[in-house]
Amino acid sequence: MQRIGVFVCHCGTNIAGTVDVSQVAEALSHEPGVVYSKDYTYMCSATGQGMLKDAIRDYNLTGVVICSCSPRMHENTFRKAAEQAGLNPFMLEIANIREQCSWVHKDMAIGTAKAIVLGRAAVAKVNLNAPLTSGETAVTKRALVIGGGIAGIQTALDIADAGFPVDIVEKKPTIGGKMAQLDKTFPTLDCAACILTPKMVEAQQNENITIYSYSEVEDVKGFVGNFDVKIRRKARYVDETKCTGCGLCTEKCPMKKVPNEFNLGMDSRHAVYIPFAQAVPKVATIDPNYCLKLKSGKCGLCSKVCSVGAIDYTQKDEIIEEKYGAIVVATGYNPISLDKFDEFAYSKSKDVISSLELERLMNAAGPTGGTLLRPSDGTHPHTVVFVQCVGSRCEANAEKGKEYCSKICCMYTAKHAMLIRDKYPDTDVYVFYIDVRTPGKNFDEFYRRAVEQYGVHYIKGMVGKVTPEDGKLKVQASDLLDNRQLKIDADMVVLAAAIEPDKSARPLATMLTASMDTNDFFTEAHPKLRPVESPTAGVFLSGVCQGPKDIPETVAQAGAAASKAIGLLCKDKLKNNACVAESNEMMCNGCSQCEKVCAYGAITYVDKEFRMPDRTTQVRRVASVNPAVCQGCGACASACPSGAMDLKGFKNDQILAEVDALCR
Amino acid sequence: MQKLTRGELVRKAEELLDNGEVKHVLGWRAGEFDYDLTPSVFDTKDDIEANFRFDDFCGPNFSKYLVKKTRELEGKILVFLKPCDTYSFNELLTEHRFDREKVYVVGIECSGMADIFKIKEIAGEGISKIEPDGEYLSVASLYDDEPVKIKASDVLEERCINCKSKKHVVYDELLGEEGEEQDSGRFEEVEKLEKMTSEERFGFWKKELSRCIRCNACRDVCPACTCEKCVFDNPDSGTQNKSPATTFEEQNFHIIRAYHVAGRCTDCGECSRVCPQRIPLHLLNRKFIKDIDSFYGDYQAGQEAGQRNPLIDYTQNDIDPSEIFGGAK
Repeated sequence: MQRIGVFVCHCGTNIAGTVDVSQVAEALSHEPGVVYSKDYTYMCSATGQGMLKDAIRDYNLTGVVICSCSPRMHENTFRKAAEQAGLNPFMLEIANIREQCSWVHKDMAIGTAKAIVLGRAAVAKVNLNAPLTSGETAVTKRALVIGGGIAGIQTALDIADAGFPVDIVEKKPTIGGKMAQLDKTFPTLDCAACILTPKMVEAQQNENITIYSYSEVEDVKGFVGNFDVKIRRKARYVDETKCTGCGLCTEKCPMKKVPNEFNLGMDSRHAVYIPFAQAVPKVATIDPNYCLKLKSGKCGLCSKVCSVGAIDYTQKDEIIEEKYGAIVVATGYNPISLDKFDEFAYSKSKDVISSLELERLMNAAGPTGGTLLRPSDGTHPHTVVFVQCVGSRCEANAEKGKEYCSKICCMYTAKHAMLIRDKYPDTDVYVFYIDVRTPGKNFDEFYRRAVEQYGVHYIKGMVGKVTPEDGKLKVQASDLLDNRQLKIDADMVVLAAAIEPDKSARPLATMLTASMDTNDFFTEAHPKLRPVESPTAGVFLSGVCQGPKDIPETVAQAGAAASKAIGLLCKDKLKNNACVAESNEMMCNGCSQCEKVCAYGAITYVDKEFRMPDRTTQVRRVASVNPAVCQGCGACASACPSGAMDLKGFKNDQILAEVDALCR
Repeated sequence: MQKLTRGELVRKAEELLDNGEVKHVLGWRAGEFDYDLTPSVFDTKDDIEANFRFDDFCGPNFSKYLVKKTRELEGKILVFLKPCDTYSFNELLTEHRFDREKVYVVGIECSGMADIFKIKEIAGEGISKIEPDGEYLSVASLYDDEPVKIKASDVLEERCINCKSKKHVVYDELLGEEGEEQDSGRFEEVEKLEKMTSEERFGFWKKELSRCIRCNACRDVCPACTCEKCVFDNPDSGTQNKSPATTFEEQNFHIIRAYHVAGRCTDCGECSRVCPQRIPLHLLNRKFIKDIDSFYGDYQAGQEAGQRNPLIDYTQNDIDPSEIFGGAK
């Protein structure tokens, strides 16, 4: 029989406000096994922990139940304290009477009754607890960064600087991401390429960094410290080791009419191409959807002009396998598709463009060489209308758009408006907004400069309709402050499209068993206190994959994710989870169901001799769990038809005892 | 009435014993009544000659017996399997429950088996003899002077009326014709249950399951129930019980069993065949099969040895049940 001590925490008034804690302590003192039961204002305080330690020694406690906040908050605190008093930490259980009880109830009687029941369940479990010990596993000292935008590059650089090898996997032919497509950056208006490309080069030159461009993560197995990852290196039909990036092939290729994705389809590239001048790696890629040689077997011109013989039409996708200790997700974002926003005539007029398209139109390396021209007729626009929040801050359950604020649009629109007014003072610029949101260092000053110094017309109100007519765009809008309808004949309309996580994020999250929110942004382990860690151990988050953010924030988060990864890679050994599965060989059928559901490959089978009651021996196939690999998810225990597989610390009989206690 | 005759099976068994291919024969032994045959091992030709039976009452599925018999017996075992039995055979191979090398499978054509309960409904109790007579069964009873003639096709077992397949999915040798998979209406009864309100359905099952006497026959005969130690026999499990002492049997035992065999049940129908209380237990399993089919695409347990049932297989495209049933995502 256990000797159990129960401690009921007031948590100030957090718990005591809706739960009669002394009544809970009194009621639980009558539970089987309980020899000590007391309530106290703050169990997590040094005094509270001291009380726990004293009681363990004075009453020879073999088990402890703490009725307090969620185990995610203080389980560790109490288990450590218990260990210091000589008790096995796994003999302590938490009954969550705060998040799951006092905070959700208003009525003292109901809250108290529920707290008693929750405490009772924990006591029932502790009665069946057994001491557990953790093993250790080694850490693979190599990190994987998924995504080669500014977030991924910064994370990789920081990890590499700490002395650990890092691999960047980027699905595009070059690293650089969205930032490489931007013209200028707010609020300093320095050129995006000028500050990004040194980082790209640094990543390429760093001996600790390997860049797998034009590659995707295919499969992830394993667990924190020991991930096994398969990376698909897509065939680019060019030998990366030979190509010098001279670009001759891209000039000679006869397929000239391929929409250039780097310029968002506003001009064309060849079937063999280098996305932009500063691409890293600067290696040509053949687009199999357009290449004549790959499609019909005719042509082969690029191969003829290549002086180093880098073109290889027979190249196949290659799968490489690598082990990693930590994985950083930096999959970034895309602007949403504007197909559903017919009211703005995006698909009807070439002169209605997205903000990212405007970036390319203003960029010296863009389709117009940096001169702002209307895509329809190549003339200078004299009136430009910006529409904010296109697809952002929409109503929940709206047919189109996102509920969240995309965060960066207010600032980049101010930037765009300012740049246009600066370069083309004869151009009228209107910005229609719901609110202008400019929290950030030097952000509001920047926006006010656009209004006050550059004379951009900021109008609070939304654009209702854009109608292309006689080469003009008739913009109907409302001015909410003046309470009047406006009609503007614009030459160009720029839509600040909402941003959404890259489509590759969802399948990746499944592979990583990392959680996501309903918008497909990765969820952090704690929204305030663990913002760069995923709840899945060993997986870290960098950049917009976790939520909309601008470049400074992205870089800050990238560094934070790197430091978390470095903290993990620095360790030689990781303590294993003590709550691992174990198989009762006498009951095991050897049916392999547990092996099939095990996501970590922790279960193998052995043929074992068993002595039967009639003194004969029998050889049976039975499951065997590798405790170093088992993560204690319990999938095997629920799949096992015979009940032979059980999870230490969460054994079937412990769970049933809890349920029984709850139902009593 | 079976197309295949007892003689053909006996000749095959004797031939394989003679040429040393097998040492034992798993077959149906004459029981106390004509309709009450017992699965049994035959080691000699004399025994086969005298006691081996093959007729419309050869319902028992031998697959499960192989788990024990391959461990107990030295040498290869000949087993006769009807088409539906072969699915169970494959499923047990998938679960590594016996060594394929120790078994010689003779697939036998099946024309459907007779349901003794249906015969008793017509001919009454006290049946003393049942003899095949063309398409008919001649049923003599202690209380009637003249035998009653019953058309065999009128008294088929439910699982044979709704036969899912006359094709053997595994065999070393085949006796009789190879059949086809059948377009069966086996889910019609399930659909009727689905259309009920939850109260009606609960009422239906309460009524049916209240008759359970917890004899465990369904568990004992089930080819998916081959656990070394069944949870219902295990004092440590907290669910061990041998008599219908509480409402547990009525409400939980069969549901738990259906969950345990979900994804592995081949719908062989043995559970309902052996139930002395005639509880339609197969409907529970069929509901699971139907749901699995609608979630993950058509799946037949035992179709191939080594296949992976959808409940222990995860893919990125797995459907969320809420997409079919609605509810919170």
